[in-house]
Amino acid sequence: MAVNDTLAGTHKIIEEAREQQHNQLIPTVNDFNQELTTLNLGPTHPATHGIFQNILQMDGERIVSGVPTIGYIHRAFEKIAERRPLYQITPLTDRMNYCSSPINNMGWHMTVEKLLGITVPKRAQYMRVIMMELARIVDHLICNSILGVDTGAFTGFLYVFQEREKVYEIYEEVCGARLTTNMGRIGGMERDFTPVALEKLRKWVKEFPAVMREFQSMFDRNRIFMDRTQYVGGITAEKALNYGFTGPNLRAAGVDYDVRVMNPYSSYQDFEFDIPVGTNGDTYDRYLVRNEEIWQSLRIIEQALENLPEGPYHADAPHYYLPPKQAVYQNMEALIYHFKIIMGEIEAPVGEVYHSVEGGNGELGFYLISDGGRTPYRLHFRRPCFIYYQAYSEMVVGQSLSDAIVTLSSMNVIAGELDA
Amino acid sequence: MADPNEEAAAQSAAVTEEDPNKLTNARVLANLHRMFGEDAFTDVEEPYGLLTATTTRERIHDIIETLQADEEMQLNFLTTMCGIHYPDHEGKELGMIYHLHSLVHNVRLRLKIFFPIADPVVPTLTDIYATANWMEREAYDFFGIIFPGHPNLIRILNVEDMDYHPMRKEYPLEDGTREDKTDLFFGR
Repeated sequence: MAVNDTLAGTHKIIEEAREQQHNQLIPTVNDFNQELTTLNLGPTHPATHGIFQNILQMDGERIVSGVPTIGYIHRAFEKIAERRPLYQITPLTDRMNYCSSPINNMGWHMTVEKLLGITVPKRAQYMRVIMMELARIVDHLICNSILGVDTGAFTGFLYVFQEREKVYEIYEEVCGARLTTNMGRIGGMERDFTPVALEKLRKWVKEFPAVMREFQSMFDRNRIFMDRTQYVGGITAEKALNYGFTGPNLRAAGVDYDVRVMNPYSSYQDFEFDIPVGTNGDTYDRYLVRNEEIWQSLRIIEQALENLPEGPYHADAPHYYLPPKQAVYQNMEALIYHFKIIMGEIEAPVGEVYHSVEGGNGELGFYLISDGGRTPYRLHFRRPCFIYYQAYSEMVVGQSLSDAIVTLSSMNVIAGELDA
Repeated sequence: MADPNEEAAAQSAAVTEEDPNKLTNARVLANLHRMFGEDAFTDVEEPYGLLTATTTRERIHDIIETLQADEEMQLNFLTTMCGIHYPDHEGKELGMIYHLHSLVHNVRLRLKIFFPIADPVVPTLTDIYATANWMEREAYDFFGIIFPGHPNLIRILNVEDMDYHPMRKEYPLEDGTREDKTDLFFGR
């Protein structure tokens, strides 16, 4: 097969595909007197909670087909990461799923630690678990309360936003930031939990269940909410697996795949928790699964707080973990390491590693290829949103527009993670 | 408190008493060799416990399709796939890397293929996995890898009128002509 022929042939294929997509956008007469309406949903639309466009073909109230366009906030993270020292990639991960940044941060740190062979002390692992589960709770809270807003109930959203604020105060106490946290370091946490942080954490864990129960009593058996969400945007388990679904969306379809249980990281094997699964994979199931996961996360946090081991909060990894600032002023080795780390002068070992964590939306994977340089040779993020959002246009066919909105918000598509 | 040595001994005993039917990397590899022949795979290694093998683009579609239908290993979840560019490997500049996962046995398999940049054509997996659709569009967008048979191979994250594939190594992240950011002492 001559190279040029192949190229010409394939370019033709691409041209045809383009034309085909273009043709899809043009309304066609499918029946006498019945014309399809083209509806442009997005890119900025208050109900999409993020920037993505869907061009829908509507037959009256029903959706006939949808063509999604994404990439509006693409920031080339994979390319940027090829020129950054490993510790400078953490802020990039913040900006993927910004509803649960700590999970992304820790996932990245654990990937690097796996590459380097660093073992993190138990206390740091438990601290990470606490922060990751807090992040999961907040992530699910936002998703479920926004679902409430999209079905017309604003109150629940305001109730739980107050709780989110309290969690952000805990973040602030632990790492100094709120939304894009850059929490933890390669090798552990940047500092121990302060007494204030622990106090806030304990107080929140005690107070939050009441709010959560209130939130659930507002929605769980609410006739309007049930009518709006049951049998809406459903997907079967086979299809979900074929589409690469992970996380709550897959579990709502009845598959109990959870990275925390299947490949425990950061001492998840020490904790007792259940994996909730749904049956229909519809919007209501996704809502229930997320709610139950919030309770399970709370269980994990309680166990971790109770059994929080004493000991160091970071590993002894001088090439990656910054020395204490006071030592930098007084100790030559500390100064050298500080300088080398900050300037990105540390060379990572050769190797390739895939590590995944259970993110807010599913299996968040980091595939890191290192050629022995100071930066990754290639870093690929397995972003759960990007993978499952492609099923959206198939899931909404036959639904009404308002159902499509509800389906979208219950899938919890985060534009930052979608576009990387 | 229990004696740590005892605990370690108990753990290693648990490991040796494991179910003989457990799917290990060695068994996966043996199965792969049985199903597709020894010569189908080169560069077999296990970095960080993940079985990795290199195969050819002529066989990749067949291998992944057969593995999806395989009842024993059930490697039927496509976790992710991504392109890669090694400008120095002559004749094998571009590559695709596939991660398969068996959710039943919790075994992962990484398959790689490499091919020349002048002929970046790889069979599509969209007929096997629906999820391959956007992943292949991403690989086309960023590496210029072309998947004949793909239903809608257009750019996905970058703008449509972009005329290059930005993740290829010949495109540096920063403008190469800029001098104000060059650091003579520490490099960039």
